[in-house]
Amino acid sequence: MEWTSYLAPLSQGAWVTVQLTVYSTILGALCAFLFGLGKLSHNPLVKGISVAYIEIFRGTSLLVQLFWIYFALPIMGQAIGLDLRFPPVVAGVVALALNIGAYGAEVVRGAVQAVPKEQYEAATALNFTGRKRLWRITLPQAIPEMMPTFGNLAVQNLKDTALVSLISLGDMAFRAEQIRNFTQDSVTVYTLVLFMYFGMALVLTACMKLLERYVGRWRAAGR
Amino acid sequence: MNDATDNRDPIIRFDKVVKRFGDHVVLDELDFEVQRGEKVTIIGPSGSGKSTVLRILMTLEEINGGVVYVGGEPLWHQRKGESLEPAGEQHLRQMRSHLGMVFQQFNLFPHMTVLRNLTEAPVQVLGVSKAEAKQRGMELLEMVGLTDQASKYPHQLSGGQQQRVGIARALAMRPKIMLFDEPTSALDPELVGEVLNVIRTLADEHDLTMLLVTHEMHFARQVSDRICFFDKGRIKEQGKPEEIFTAPKEERTKAFLKAVLDPDD
Repeated sequence: MEWTSYLAPLSQGAWVTVQLTVYSTILGALCAFLFGLGKLSHNPLVKGISVAYIEIFRGTSLLVQLFWIYFALPIMGQAIGLDLRFPPVVAGVVALALNIGAYGAEVVRGAVQAVPKEQYEAATALNFTGRKRLWRITLPQAIPEMMPTFGNLAVQNLKDTALVSLISLGDMAFRAEQIRNFTQDSVTVYTLVLFMYFGMALVLTACMKLLERYVGRWRAAGR
Repeated sequence: MNDATDNRDPIIRFDKVVKRFGDHVVLDELDFEVQRGEKVTIIGPSGSGKSTVLRILMTLEEINGGVVYVGGEPLWHQRKGESLEPAGEQHLRQMRSHLGMVFQQFNLFPHMTVLRNLTEAPVQVLGVSKAEAKQRGMELLEMVGLTDQASKYPHQLSGGQQQRVGIARALAMRPKIMLFDEPTSALDPELVGEVLNVIRTLADEHDLTMLLVTHEMHFARQVSDRICFFDKGRIKEQGKPEEIFTAPKEERTKAFLKAVLDPDD
């Protein structure tokens, strides 16, 4: 078989990988902000939940989290009379998002805490409410600081999507495995896939750089 | 003394206020009054509690004892029947609306243009329309001589320009009391004058109460109705500028003034 004949199935898989990456990165970013800010909350319950989430998802294997959500959760749901069976796509996106969100939450917390205390005082002196101080003063200054690390996490997330092939999702790694089983042509298949992941990572990095420049455009003014 | 100080209507009153940082006593049962419209300068050695007085008024530092009154209302307390209890956020927000503060390090919002620095709080906090806030913002920029810098970001301005924006930003909230916390201490010497000129203009406004912490003694002498010399968390000596600068009574005041006015001796 010609190596070009691998491209059609691999491209199908690549599209699934792209979708998984985009959805789980966006959902992961939401988790990162929710729990990163939650960890800074003065409410002990909100803080406790956030800390627990961050520690659990950073402290366990992504593969086990994925299996737990896909295989274990439905059985536990059954026991209490809930239907917690998810299609593989949903389980995959949720597991990836929760995992990357836990790492992102620490980035959000760190960047928010790194905004100088003087900014907080100026906002207080101008009588901003706590919420407006966060949205108008703190976050616009903290988000540009988060972006380089967010870029790394997004690429990390892209590569992690390969794990979802293990719950029979037809992503790029899954298609590669199928072709290899059929043709035994490991070298060609995996070399192709290697380059395809690398190409995707380059595009993703470029997108994150653009986003970084956009959210921090005030820093470049007049320079 | 001008008539404002005679009619005994203190807009600020510290009643035996105590402030501690750990074991260190910063304000030691401080009694202190400022009359409506009065321009008062606080001088004294570093660590004497000067800036702390301003930071307490701006609700940036809590107090550990006593009561602070602003406009007759307790600042850090709420009246509950006859007694006072610690103030909630709503009360603090209400009280803060009387005060504006200018910081030593300017503390402008770096992600906003100069004009936006002046309009953000009026729009977001006071609910003023954007058009109105912009108009008022431009008027204030004109007052501080920076209309041509309206669309620049703070990092594109010199320190003196940034501090003038800082003053305009505080004024945009129309405070009755302006607090200046060493407004020229972070500036290069050649930029001090432009900031002092703006403050001097404000000092001519009869209604505005001004509380200034500074090391610019000559300026303090020109603009102040009263000078308060702070030492070890208390007012060691106070009076009209001429009295304090030409004939201080306390030895501690004499030593301090000698040190700051003739640093080479």
